[in-house]
Amino acid sequence: MKQFKNLLTVRRDNTISYGIVILAFLVIQGMIASGNISSSLKGQLVPICAYIVMAVSLNLTVGILGELSLGHAGFMSVGAFTGIVVSTSLAAAIPSAPLRLAVSMVIGGLFAGLAGVIVGIPVLRLKGDYLAIVTLAFGEIIKNIINVLYIGLDENGLHFSILQQSFTLAEGGRMIINGPMGVSGVEKISSFTSGFVLILVTLFIILNLVHSRTGRAVMSVRDNKIAAESIGISVTRCKLLAFVISAVFAGMAGTLYAMNFSTVTASKFDFNTSILILVFVVLGGLGNIWGSIIAAALLTVLPELLRSMNDYRMLIYAILLIVMMIFNNSGARKRLLEWRSARCAARNEKKEGA
Amino acid sequence: MTTLEVTKLGISFGGLRAVDELSMKIEKGSLVGLIGPNGAGKTTVFNMLTGVYRPTDGGIRLEGENLIGKKPFEINHMGVARTFQNIRLFPKQSVLDNVMVGFNNQITYSLAESILHVGSYRKKEREMRERSLEILRVFHLEDSAQTLSSNLPYGKQRKLEIARALATNPKLLLLDEPAAGMNPNETGELMDTIRLVRKKYNVTILLIEHDMKLVQGICEYLYVLNFGRLLAEGAPEKVLNDPAVVKAYLGD
Repeated sequence: MKQFKNLLTVRRDNTISYGIVILAFLVIQGMIASGNISSSLKGQLVPICAYIVMAVSLNLTVGILGELSLGHAGFMSVGAFTGIVVSTSLAAAIPSAPLRLAVSMVIGGLFAGLAGVIVGIPVLRLKGDYLAIVTLAFGEIIKNIINVLYIGLDENGLHFSILQQSFTLAEGGRMIINGPMGVSGVEKISSFTSGFVLILVTLFIILNLVHSRTGRAVMSVRDNKIAAESIGISVTRCKLLAFVISAVFAGMAGTLYAMNFSTVTASKFDFNTSILILVFVVLGGLGNIWGSIIAAALLTVLPELLRSMNDYRMLIYAILLIVMMIFNNSGARKRLLEWRSARCAARNEKKEGA
Repeated sequence: MTTLEVTKLGISFGGLRAVDELSMKIEKGSLVGLIGPNGAGKTTVFNMLTGVYRPTDGGIRLEGENLIGKKPFEINHMGVARTFQNIRLFPKQSVLDNVMVGFNNQITYSLAESILHVGSYRKKEREMRERSLEILRVFHLEDSAQTLSSNLPYGKQRKLEIARALATNPKLLLLDEPAAGMNPNETGELMDTIRLVRKKYNVTILLIEHDMKLVQGICEYLYVLNFGRLLAEGAPEKVLNDPAVVKAYLGD
């Protein structure tokens, strides 16, 4: 009976992991305050936060749901440009920058989620590699749509047109998205703190989701679709749910990312970005949320850290990628995990004995 | 009272008539066997009963409700659960989680509660765990609750599949070769478990099996399929001594 007691307590071991993230934030804040951080690294802080959120959210689709998506940057793009439009429109209404950023993020996330529904409903009925191909196409389509999108703001409100600018703005109006030129003169309202808060929110929601009946249903779809259906789980609903939640967070990360640069173009969110995020997820370990965070942070910082070695830095980066890959697939990682779980079990036993 | 009524069920794959004119009537609480030589169409029948295949003709009714055209997960909601001939567990999840996911539609809480872990989340999760452990205890799997399901020995994997199916609270349980790959001791134990399950969970059982010891030992009624057609039906001792059945199994 003793062991059941142990099983019946809902696991709260994530508290320690949140603690580590908060500690990392405080350490970096301390480094900024004491001036112990290089300017190039400081400039990378917000993108790192955005990439971490991207990696964690993509892990929900690829690792937890088990569907390969190659268009994650497309949702980031939707969130980025929606966020810019919202934040520019609300500049007068909400003077407080953090609040305006939060509102922009939520709306950016909702639009990305909407894009997720529109793409997901037809695509998630497909099996296997088709999903990867269609999401790849989606990413490219979004990029090309935003490339020909014109949005302007004046006293009469927002003006939209596609392919060419077919509206004229009243006196004092300004263009927000200017076709292939993208957006310029964005007010930089993202900060490391806001990025950190977004990471915490993302972690909280995605980890909670994984440890719930919905998360178990999603993982059962990943592990065996036919068996999942046989125990009453709607595969289509589970897939769509995970895919859309993943898109919402990608959108929020997009808003965060865009608000950190004064100029943003659609080509920033292309296929290469999707692949970069996928690399974070795969190297961090499929389904391993904490692995995604470490891989995203490390692989974004690394090229900057290696700047002193200039000629060799891409070489070292590539070697490191290969080493991480070998480590992930080798017995070493498995032994490490076994050692850790054995230690956890021993600790639990000790607790029971006490 | 009739739990399952199958009338003139048939399915064709291209030119192949896999099942033809099959009629069955299974009473509530009974333990019925579906037997026949390899390739007779037994698993195809299960796949039609659970909505994996859509029959070309005929009808299936569960306690009077039509099952034809329903999706597999809807049929499970209506009260049919099954196991698979080639075991289909969720290999990357623990034994306990494999059963807990079976409760997905029995013990529910909203998506918001899933995401925020508020409201009835804790209470319902605890209830799910308790009831899952209870089922695992019936199958003597409670010691392996935290083991990865793919690390279980073969016989236990088969049992876990039955445990997971029971978690969905079925009226009708379909077992596809539950004793396949088991040694005589394990088979004997499985027979006891199946009997216990029927009594404890008040469920009607239809099973496919090649192990005649098990079939004779626990089934009250048998349907024999051969080349997709019903060859014989009736009490086990009568059916298994039927010359036509013997011929179908052993040849001339």
